[in-house]
Amino acid sequence: MTSTAARTVLAPDKRPITTKPRPSDVIFRGVLSVMSMSSLLILTLIGLFLSLRGFQAFHTQGLGFITNIDWSAGVDGGKDSFGLGAMIVGTLLISATALVIGVPLSVLTALYLTFYAPDSLKRTLVTLVDLMASFPSILYGLWGFIVLMPMAEYWAQLIHKYLGWIPVFDVPGPAYTRSPFIAGVVLAIMIIPIVTSVSREIFNQTPLDRIQAAYALGATRWAMIKAVVLPFGASGVVGGAMLGLGRALGETVAVYSVLNIVFKVNFQVLYGYGGNIASMIVGKWGEASLTESKALLAAGFVLFVMTLIVNLLANFIVRRTVKTGK
Amino acid sequence: MTTINQALEATPRKPWKTTKRQLIPSTSLLLAAAIVTYVIVALTPMKGKLAYALLFFIFGTGFQAALSFKKRGRSAATDTIAAAIMMTGGILVFLPVASLLITTVVKGSKGLRPQIFTNTMQSTSYSDPLTSGGLLHAIIGTIFLILIATVISLPLSLLTALYLTEIKGKASGLIQFLVQAMSGVPSVVAGVFIYAAILLTTSLRGSTIIGALPLAILMIPTVTRTAQEVLLLVPNELREAGLALGATQWKTVATIVVPAARNGLITAVILGVARIAGETAPLLFTLGTSDKINWNIFSGGQNALPYYVWSGLIDGTESGLARSWTGILVLLILVLLLFVSARLFGSRKVK
Repeated sequence: MTSTAARTVLAPDKRPITTKPRPSDVIFRGVLSVMSMSSLLILTLIGLFLSLRGFQAFHTQGLGFITNIDWSAGVDGGKDSFGLGAMIVGTLLISATALVIGVPLSVLTALYLTFYAPDSLKRTLVTLVDLMASFPSILYGLWGFIVLMPMAEYWAQLIHKYLGWIPVFDVPGPAYTRSPFIAGVVLAIMIIPIVTSVSREIFNQTPLDRIQAAYALGATRWAMIKAVVLPFGASGVVGGAMLGLGRALGETVAVYSVLNIVFKVNFQVLYGYGGNIASMIVGKWGEASLTESKALLAAGFVLFVMTLIVNLLANFIVRRTVKTGK
Repeated sequence: MTTINQALEATPRKPWKTTKRQLIPSTSLLLAAAIVTYVIVALTPMKGKLAYALLFFIFGTGFQAALSFKKRGRSAATDTIAAAIMMTGGILVFLPVASLLITTVVKGSKGLRPQIFTNTMQSTSYSDPLTSGGLLHAIIGTIFLILIATVISLPLSLLTALYLTEIKGKASGLIQFLVQAMSGVPSVVAGVFIYAAILLTTSLRGSTIIGALPLAILMIPTVTRTAQEVLLLVPNELREAGLALGATQWKTVATIVVPAARNGLITAVILGVARIAGETAPLLFTLGTSDKINWNIFSGGQNALPYYVWSGLIDGTESGLARSWTGILVLLILVLLLFVSARLFGSRKVK
């Protein structure tokens, strides 16, 4: 007790130490904090405006807006009927097709790039994948329409011929043009870069000691991948696939140019008509009345919510994987 | 002594490398597979490129697998098959890229004349012969759109990225989350949002500046995320040194951190521009349209390269499609230039 008191007396006066930020920093931090809220503001505004402007459609159609399949603006005072059912089914069907085709290819490519490709080739291929991601979607649309559609029609016929006994591939008539399958193929090509790069990132983080342990136990490369890499990266691949799904759900122009949009529920992937919310909005926009435009805005809101949920889920999965490495 | 020295100086042998001799059996087996494929396609009703590719894959892989089975047993055979499947997967992915590039160059170069860079579509319709008309107005429109979208989104993105890396405030987690969410907003939704918020609410009509707004929305997440990555690469010692010398945080960030990350930040902007340069869907709702050059960004419709391509596609006639291909070629060259300059500028490294 006494000694501490003595020390206090002997020590020189304390310099005041303050953690109070200087005015310039207060301003700086304030500006950054306010501006960084811009993303919150924009997202809120998107949700707010689309739901408000589309309120009329939600109000008059009720739950039928999601479940009905009929879309017709009332002619001559008739009753409007706006139902997104067929479009939602179509969007999901096309996206599912895209995932079924795109994800396995992406995983194979990611594995090839990470564990098989020689270094010189690897750099070129990775650049090509990045380049693929930066192609404008209208290029995919035009290419899909001119180049891919005739080819994909032929593939569709082959699938029908050999796999027709599976109900989804059973086409009632010879109409293969502009089917959900073709749109799915175009979307598959469009999501490949993102799924590949996410998977590659995860595969790259596989702990080296586990890989070496597998090799030391005499595993071949494939045995190592099966035992170490795939279990490690599986949830990352799922996250990447969901990011791809988010992109596939919202793609507009590319789908519009290859899909025959009809307001009927169609589960036959190979059959020549389907639905897609984003393309439907663009397609109907030109000659829409004010009431119908508002219904289209409501459709935009539905699409917004769908993609938001898928993307958040995807990011959650990817982030958890990257952090914990499980 | 000399012999030992000679032995040391001799080029090291690499016993793990495949020798030419080891290549002989596998190469000849591939050749055999090619021959078998050819014979089968010739003899059976199967035909077409698809049959060739499929059969060659089956036989090539099968023969190789048999070879490794004979040499090293079952697990080696499985390994060979897996490797072949992965390589095929890789090739399948790169076929569309090649096809996209080749088709665009071949079809687009048909309408590529010097006049298209000086003419507009003012007195030409899309179905007219390719000798008239051009896309100068679309190029100018795209440049305007890119500039305005960049001016709007760059400050927002940079400040958000700085908040995430420099302040790391309480809201960091939330903002990171929101930026991720924003990157998933479909372009068509951004377009209808601006329509609902501005065109439907006020008496304004579609114009360049309104067309740039959805593009800015799409650009913000890309720029923010890349900028954040780059700012994280700036060594913490630089920040600490600045603060230790008595600079305020504002001074440290403005004069040390941001300049240190300059190249990376430029890359971020380029990537953002590449993201929006080819966006079509939002423009359909917000841009209005114009067949001639419009220097006024606040009123009157505007055109843009993707919009021009879209119009040609909708027109559907032979020369309309040819115009589309030319437009997409010009757009693709722009995107490639951006892509290459992004690579040159930083490869996201801090210098």
